[in-house]
Amino acid sequence: MAEPESIALTVDEIVVRVSPGTTVAAAALIAGSHTRLSIAGEPRAPLCGMGICFECRVAINGVPHQRSCQILCAPGMRVTTGRELAIR
Amino acid sequence: MTRVWDAVVVGAGIVGAACARECAAVGLRTAVIDAAGVGGGATAAGMGHIVVMDDSPAQLALTRWSQQLWRELAPELPSEAEFESRGTLWVAADEEEMREVRRRQQLYASAGVPSEILDSRALAEAEPQLRRGLAGALLVQSDAVLYPPAAAAYLMREAIRMGAQMLPPQRVTALAHGRVSLDNGSQLSAGRIVNACGAGATDLLPQLPIRKRRGHLVITDRYPGFVHHQLVELGYLKSAHSIALDSVAFNVQPRQTGQLLIGSSREFGAEDATINHALLRAMIERAESYLPRIGNLQAIRAWTGFRAATPDKLPLIGPWPGDATFCLATGHEGLGITTSLATARLVAAEITGKASEIPAAPYFPARFLDASRLAPAATLYGEAVRG
Repeated sequence: MAEPESIALTVDEIVVRVSPGTTVAAAALIAGSHTRLSIAGEPRAPLCGMGICFECRVAINGVPHQRSCQILCAPGMRVTTGRELAIR
Repeated sequence: MTRVWDAVVVGAGIVGAACARECAAVGLRTAVIDAAGVGGGATAAGMGHIVVMDDSPAQLALTRWSQQLWRELAPELPSEAEFESRGTLWVAADEEEMREVRRRQQLYASAGVPSEILDSRALAEAEPQLRRGLAGALLVQSDAVLYPPAAAAYLMREAIRMGAQMLPPQRVTALAHGRVSLDNGSQLSAGRIVNACGAGATDLLPQLPIRKRRGHLVITDRYPGFVHHQLVELGYLKSAHSIALDSVAFNVQPRQTGQLLIGSSREFGAEDATINHALLRAMIERAESYLPRIGNLQAIRAWTGFRAATPDKLPLIGPWPGDATFCLATGHEGLGITTSLATARLVAAEITGKASEIPAAPYFPARFLDASRLAPAATLYGEAVRG
């Protein structure tokens, strides 16, 4: 059973529960997902963990190219990995 | 023993690479020299828009021919050249600009360039990110986009395959009367010297009527599908063609990667590569006035480059009256990528003495020379062309 204060969010439609203070990058790892895809289609994962390398980018609530290692999970967040999204 | 080349091409940007390929193709013993290797300079800084422009009949003739040459070459280009037949949408903000759209459509049709007029609604459907209430646009389908450094590298590989030699990187310190002097003290001997140094051409020939015109570009992260065509405001004609003033214009290009290139700016008198932040801001605000949501995208880099601008906005291609061994291939301003292939054909025809496929005279550098002042000394025509 999850801790009472846990936060639920989705990573590519997989529901993940994390403790407050968890980064989105960690949530993606918990979900077993990579983060972005390179231009050649290779899956990428966080490298520097401090917002410099940009390898950890994901879309959060439909906004693409967010650095997941710099953003904390929030209830109901929708995280999408692996593809670039057009802004609509 | 000194080897004598038929042609030494100075400058390995896209124009120099194209000239080397064409010279080699017609059987000339060709060498290429550049201080920094292939495809640096303006070739690496520009957008890579293959575009028909009609500032003058000579500009229309050169851009249209060269665009055809690119389309013929496209199947041979490697994938990293990212050639895409995107089409240009010349966006008209109001009825006055729509009149210009109709004028151009007829002019292009008479030159054999198909284009299509979009009304306000058709434009909104074609490019939903554009602001509402625009009057329409002219769609020029045959315009294209490529990645110029990769295209230049391909042209140079082809030149080498056909027998040209790319010499080790070395700065050229002087050129005159069939001799090209290099920084390491050696000299090359050439029947003709092709000056394809872009905005740097005046370093070796100060009397050329070329001024550096600095431009800024921004590239975003990947946002595939944000826009679909190269989008240029029709007012671009007003801003790009007014010689005197610094200016910005809306000019956005989608890349094959989903990235967007955002331009453009024009600036005289700025000789260093630093960013002019006020002009960069004005350029981005101009883009936002047409694409209101472009400000939500993340830019990843901004840089500058130097166009080689001439007073009449036509390039300098052909013989230079001050030195019979010179053949110029510079002064292309913002159209060097587009017109590189046609320039190379004109250069090869000039060197081999063959008739060119389009009239070459409009691009002859001699048009800037006052013949009566040419005679005695080289310094005189420097004054004549600087004005």
